[in-house]
Amino acid sequence: MVCEMETDQIEEMDVEVLSSMWPEDVGTEADKQFNVEKPAGDLDTLKEVTIETRTIADMTRLPNLLNSTHQGSSQLTNLVKQWEYMQDNAVRLLKEELKNLDRQREEAEAKELKIIEEYKFESNEPENVPVLDETSDLFRRFRQKKRDALVDSKKIEIYEEFDTVAYWKQKALSLEKMLEASTERERRLMEKLSESLKTMESQSAPVQELTQNLKRAEGFLHFILQNAPIVMGHQDKDLRYLFIYNKYPSLREQDILGKTDVEIFHGGGVKESEDFKREVLEKGKASKREITFTTDLFGSKTFLIYVEPVYNKAGEKIGINYMGMEVTDQVVKREKMAKLREDNAVRKAMESELNKTIHITEETMRAKQMLATMSHEIRSPLSGVVGMAEILSTTKLDKEQRQLLNVMISSGDLVLQLINDILDLSKVESGVMRLEATKFRPREVVKHVLQTAAASLKKSLTLEGNIADDVPIEVVGDVLRIRQILTNLISNAIKFTHEGNVGIKLQVISEPSFVRDNALNADTEEHEQNGLTETSVWICCDVWDTGIGIPENALPCLFKKYMQASADHARKYGGTGLGLAICKQLVELMGGQLTVTSRVSEGSTFTFILPYKVGRSDDYSDDQDEFSDMADQQSEPDDTAEGYFQFKPLLGSIYSNGGPGISNDFLPHKVMLTSPIKLINGFVADPSNNTGQSEMLQLENGGYMDESKLETSSGHCPESAHQYENGNGRCFSKESESCSSSQASSEGGTLEMESELTVSSHREEEKAETEVKETSKPKILLVEDNKINIMVAKSMMKQLGHTMDIANNGVEAITAINSSSYDLVLMDVCMPVLDGLKATRLIRSYEETGNWNAAIEAGVDISTSENEQVCMRPTNRLPIIAMTANTLAESSEECYANGMDSFISKPVTLQKLRECLQQYLH
Amino acid sequence: MNTTVVAQLQRQFQDYIVSLYQQGFLDSQFSELRKLQDEGSPDFVSEVVSLFFDDCSKLINTMSRSLEQPDNVDFKQLDSGVHQLKGSSSSVGARRVKNVCISFKECCDVQNREGCLRCLQQVDYEYKMLKTKLQDLFNLEQQILQAGGTIPQVDIN
Repeated sequence: MVCEMETDQIEEMDVEVLSSMWPEDVGTEADKQFNVEKPAGDLDTLKEVTIETRTIADMTRLPNLLNSTHQGSSQLTNLVKQWEYMQDNAVRLLKEELKNLDRQREEAEAKELKIIEEYKFESNEPENVPVLDETSDLFRRFRQKKRDALVDSKKIEIYEEFDTVAYWKQKALSLEKMLEASTERERRLMEKLSESLKTMESQSAPVQELTQNLKRAEGFLHFILQNAPIVMGHQDKDLRYLFIYNKYPSLREQDILGKTDVEIFHGGGVKESEDFKREVLEKGKASKREITFTTDLFGSKTFLIYVEPVYNKAGEKIGINYMGMEVTDQVVKREKMAKLREDNAVRKAMESELNKTIHITEETMRAKQMLATMSHEIRSPLSGVVGMAEILSTTKLDKEQRQLLNVMISSGDLVLQLINDILDLSKVESGVMRLEATKFRPREVVKHVLQTAAASLKKSLTLEGNIADDVPIEVVGDVLRIRQILTNLISNAIKFTHEGNVGIKLQVISEPSFVRDNALNADTEEHEQNGLTETSVWICCDVWDTGIGIPENALPCLFKKYMQASADHARKYGGTGLGLAICKQLVELMGGQLTVTSRVSEGSTFTFILPYKVGRSDDYSDDQDEFSDMADQQSEPDDTAEGYFQFKPLLGSIYSNGGPGISNDFLPHKVMLTSPIKLINGFVADPSNNTGQSEMLQLENGGYMDESKLETSSGHCPESAHQYENGNGRCFSKESESCSSSQASSEGGTLEMESELTVSSHREEEKAETEVKETSKPKILLVEDNKINIMVAKSMMKQLGHTMDIANNGVEAITAINSSSYDLVLMDVCMPVLDGLKATRLIRSYEETGNWNAAIEAGVDISTSENEQVCMRPTNRLPIIAMTANTLAESSEECYANGMDSFISKPVTLQKLRECLQQYLH
Repeated sequence: MNTTVVAQLQRQFQDYIVSLYQQGFLDSQFSELRKLQDEGSPDFVSEVVSLFFDDCSKLINTMSRSLEQPDNVDFKQLDSGVHQLKGSSSSVGARRVKNVCISFKECCDVQNREGCLRCLQQVDYEYKMLKTKLQDLFNLEQQILQAGGTIPQVDIN
């Protein structure tokens, strides 16, 4: 009730009240230290506290500000409420006191009354009546009840009963005394009352009270904030400081007040903070941000800044409050932590990536090794299957059986080819593939490849070889691999060309840019190493065709493993999809590049460029033209520099004249995918009986024809398989001549039919060569360096009823072959002095040339007595069986490539040996 | 009396040789060798095997010499030795020796001297082990023959 009355008064007062929050002396003597007086009795702890002043305020504007903002008025309201509460309390206390006094007065009155009544009682009752304490209460009550009624009579009675003067005098005196005491008491009470009223009045002055409170509040703030690294401030709409509290005051008032951040500080972060403040001001939403300042004033420090907009009562923005706390250390720590964490994460990621890579690499290696091993393991039994099937195909079979067998053989050959491809690839990829540098004549290689391709050609295609004049007669490179590439590309070209031409073009080019670019230094070093005798030449080889071409979108994946231009093509043309991948890998292994250009239905050109060393060009006499014996009307035997070959489809003699040794060298089988159903269908339409022979002759070519021949020959040969094969062999040479004519006629008309029926003819030719010796005991040579292996093999041979000669290395083997004729050679691959592969190559060269020049050049000491054996030696191919350990480096592929006929994997067992002898000794 | 002794010896022989196969000391190539032994060459197996062991000890000596120098190992020479050993062990069916040779060769290929030394020790151990085992086997054979029995054919499959 009191406060209600006083609210107006308070409103008027609050200007004064608030100004006390920032005492005058604080504002004007900003740097002065002062002792804060004890703000309240209960805050003894603050007695000794010294507080620096860090507050700089614009005293004229702040009060206005506080008045006009919500924050300011709410603070005031709080103060008023507090004051009201205190006033209430004071009023309550006063009321209580008043109540107390009232009660005391009542008591006093009661006492007085009692005294009067006592007196009356005394006058009423006889004197001798004793007033008993126990009963007096009862009695008094009784008296009080009756008091009003009795008053009148009483007085009368008094007058009636007491009449003596002395007694009355006495009585009056004592009464007077009592009255006096009572008034005295009353007076004192009145005094007390007025005194307490006075104190109440003095406490009720709210000004001092509020001042106290405010001082206390300020004391609290100072106490809490005195060591806090905090800056607080208020800035107006233009971001000019009106108030700032700073722990480390380093600027004077005039330096700050009324100025903006930008005006005060210079350096990094100032602009940002100002922008931030402005942003808050514009958005009207309080927010926090971390800003790093680098100023001349306090160096590089990071502050967490809280900015809130300030509104006046009308809801208009009038400025911002901001509070900043220095968090430099925390930020540094946090950044350090983040960096550590990041480093950690990166390291972990790298680690896991590395692990993954290692794992993948290991897996890949294992898978490749596994594939290679498996391929090798599969190949051995498979060659058994194919071999046996081929033997079977030389026996008497009816047509249907023969068709089935042919499918079997060609499928087997396909699988073999695939496995060989896989092994080749894995060899290249695992780095086991070794390149050999041998001298060779590019013209011969091209001719040879074309010749071989022509030999198995089933289409009316013209094969051309075109070698530019500047291509050296002789170069050094890995001729086996180059032949492999050429053969692969040519067979591809033929496969996808139905009519027109297929050709090889060789020309010398300048060093290609891809080499110049990336191998400048490496190459020069190499050049220096090679000395003066050899120089490099780059030869570009185009294998072109006029075939179906390759769509552009299929080009990118052309060289990928197991990829073919399309599934349709794969079905139609067959193949493993590994050929081009191998070619590419081989070319790249030799430091070259394989590319392709193609246009659909116009043809494709595969181009590979390879570097070759050019050796001395004077001594090509030692290696006679290996094709001279089958050279025909097109090339002179000694014309090593001829640059153009052509093989036309109608020139039958070429196909049949191809020497068996050569075709076997690098193209084991010509494989086409065949579908059995088609095959049988094809022959259902055929008059398949003996009487239809002539037609058969016209339909089938080379390899296939021997069936009909066989049937005629079987007429005079005994039926046993052994002799049957002999018959086959003898017949073959005759047949090969006669077939040329029939082939010529068959080429045109029955293209489709023939492409489906493909038979590997080489093996049969080879077997045909192996004529049975007249001597009863075949002579066998074992070339092996390991004593134990010799002992075991010898003992096995003995069990099989054969003896054999022993040579301990390749050189001994050549010597032995030179001095005596053998029917079979078992050749270890890995031997000291001269290994089996090289020895075999030299032996083959001897067979082809009739001299040991190659061997002599290789350093083998041959007794050069030109005895008649050299002349006597038939062109027979000496079967050489490799004995290989199951390793990548000595694969059977390499054995075949080096001119070996077959292989036995080690350890040699009776069974393997028996099979081998059965196959090659008749 | 004598027949029971023979039967016992024969069974012992059989068990022993089977255990050698089972423990991987021997493989089917050893059976091949045994097939080659007949009246014409009654001691063929033991002759081959002793030749093999002589070979082993010689080769191992050579190889350990070439592995002696830590920096200057002639891996080519080592490789040819390992190749020899591998061929021989594979020929007599000394399976464990052969297997060690395979890893030996791999170590050779990557020129890992530590690995080579380890493999050399293993090969040495394996061939000596096999040697004692086979000596026991041949002793058993002799005992059977002396007791008038025949060497039983053992089918390992």
